Amino acid sequence: MSGKTTLLDLSPREATAAREIALRYGNRPDALLEILHDLQEHLGFIPEAALPALAKSLNLSRAEVHGVVTFYHDYRREPAGRHIIKVCRAEACQSMGANELVSMIERFLKVKLGQTTADGAITLEAAYCLGNCALSPAVMVDGKLVGRVDAQKFETIVAECRS
Amino acid sequence: MSKVYVPRDSAARSVGADEVAEALAKLGHEVIRNGSRGLFFLEPLVEVETGEGRIAYGPVTAGDVASLPLSTAGAHKLRLGKIEDHPYLKNQERLTFARCGITDPVSVSDYARHGGFEGLNKALGLAGAAIVAEVTESGLRGRGGAGFPTGIKWKTVHDAPAGQKYVCCNADEGDSGTFADRMVMEGDPLMLIEGMAIAALAVGATKGYVYIRSEYPDAIATMKEAIASAAAAKWLGDNIQGTDKSFHLEVRRGAGAYICGEETAMLESLEGKRGTVRPKPPIPALEGLFGKPTVINNVLSFAAVPYILSHGGAAYKNYGLGRSRGTLPFQLAGNIRQGGLVEKAFGVTLRELVEGFGGGTFSGRAIRAIQVGGPLGAYLPASQMDMALDYETFAAAGAMVGHGGIVVFDETVDMAAQARFAMEFCAIESCGKCTPCRIGSTRGVEVIDKIVAGEDRDANLDLLSDLCQTMTDGSLCAMGGLTPMPVMSAIKHFPEDFDKPAQIAAE
Repeated sequence: MSGKTTLLDLSPREATAAREIALRYGNRPDALLEILHDLQEHLGFIPEAALPALAKSLNLSRAEVHGVVTFYHDYRREPAGRHIIKVCRAEACQSMGANELVSMIERFLKVKLGQTTADGAITLEAAYCLGNCALSPAVMVDGKLVGRVDAQKFETIVAECRS
Repeated sequence: MSKVYVPRDSAARSVGADEVAEALAKLGHEVIRNGSRGLFFLEPLVEVETGEGRIAYGPVTAGDVASLPLSTAGAHKLRLGKIEDHPYLKNQERLTFARCGITDPVSVSDYARHGGFEGLNKALGLAGAAIVAEVTESGLRGRGGAGFPTGIKWKTVHDAPAGQKYVCCNADEGDSGTFADRMVMEGDPLMLIEGMAIAALAVGATKGYVYIRSEYPDAIATMKEAIASAAAAKWLGDNIQGTDKSFHLEVRRGAGAYICGEETAMLESLEGKRGTVRPKPPIPALEGLFGKPTVINNVLSFAAVPYILSHGGAAYKNYGLGRSRGTLPFQLAGNIRQGGLVEKAFGVTLRELVEGFGGGTFSGRAIRAIQVGGPLGAYLPASQMDMALDYETFAAAGAMVGHGGIVVFDETVDMAAQARFAMEFCAIESCGKCTPCRIGSTRGVEVIDKIVAGEDRDANLDLLSDLCQTMTDGSLCAMGGLTPMPVMSAIKHFPEDFDKPAQIAAE
């Protein structure tokens, strides 16, 4: 996807989804993070068109909603690949070779952290601790934790993602 | 067919527990998904119920399942015997983690059969001040890392003028090398619920939140399930167990911001805002969530409370050393042969943990550095392994116990790279509110790069030291304030790594 979505693309579907999810939380502004999580699960990302709709529902300014969406690492502004692989880069995993693992993965998938493979199968992301520090190095595949990851295990994961 | 236990803990699942459970179910066994015992080097750990107790096998793969002699609990290469007799578990002092791994985490009846709700039952018959007094007596200090006395915090909220008050659990366990909070939420979540409910009764709060990082989807799901079970059994909600006391609890997801583990940033996030740090005062105990008096504690602090209420503050206080009372669930992580959770009274030495329980490095090479207390904790050399783990001893050594995470590095570690990473991490995760942290972290990365490249080394080391002092003194919170700790400890204990020939360092 190239460029940012503009207001001209404002899709009624995206705005409607945003309004419906906000309503599920009683239009409470304190639930904004939850609403954004649900919206992202539903649409795959947080489209620009959803922001004004959310701001209106929650009685916030668009700047406030924009501020929250851009502050937190979780919210993506563009669609991701079909699968998301997070690789832990924190100290415990580093002590077990996470930096070498990341380099190996980047070469293998031909993308850098934060990018999506050309076939759209996998988005590769960095994570800073997945809480699996006794079984490092760790990655998370679509929310499922994998421990003691090595080249062979990773190739199996990728093959499953692409099948 | 046998009754078998296979953990649903996400770390156990990360090495194949689901596949093992599936294979066991296929053979017709009754499979119960318990929490993890915390012996992660033995996961997936399968336990079978027998006349003599639960006999364990591990680490089990799905392929091993067919060969397990479950009906006789007989000999097998993976047979570990009764897991309680395993030295790793037997030599611990498990107060908080006494039940984790034994029960079905979301079963209220299982929880109650193993001593659950005794503390809350007692608290229901006490005045708030009496509950606060019991917690004060225990000597419990905040397990999130800062070590502030929990009783004093609760008393401040208790004494605040009546009105809406909140209890918030900080479950944003972002420190590398820590997983005890996750284990509680996935393995014994009802204990956390009980601890929070007791806090609510103590201070007069009726509403609570558990703020869980989004990197923990299993913990989020299990916590929600446990809250629903507790509410269905009237341990949460209006009129708890038919009394006039009420407490409503809700899970809120974080969104990948390390800074939200800082309590005031967490409050902002719970209010639906950017997770920026609030200056203190006002303290959250008086003006916290939505400006109301709020108890904020770490998962492990709340989790320690049911024991304190049921057994008495004095019983808890009996454990520990000096002003560090009770136990701490230490987490052995990183390059370690036997990684896992080791709950011990304060005063245990790093050597007992890392060599005794941990069995040295996973790689088999010599230990070179140990980072205690998460990414903001100091790097210690192997020569300091006889230091006792308690808040004061560590503070005196320019280090911190923090949340009890212990990450071991072998001799291949490059400490200049670790120091650089500490600054880089701070730059990535800084909320941006205060200048020393926002700008200092990026400048820190640059200065370390110059040192490593051999550019004007002495002057740049002085500059780095000066920068660290500014960050320590001038940052609003522990993110910028403590990032200098790993950096300066690396320089202090491993100066040779900052003084390598430049061409090697620059490779």
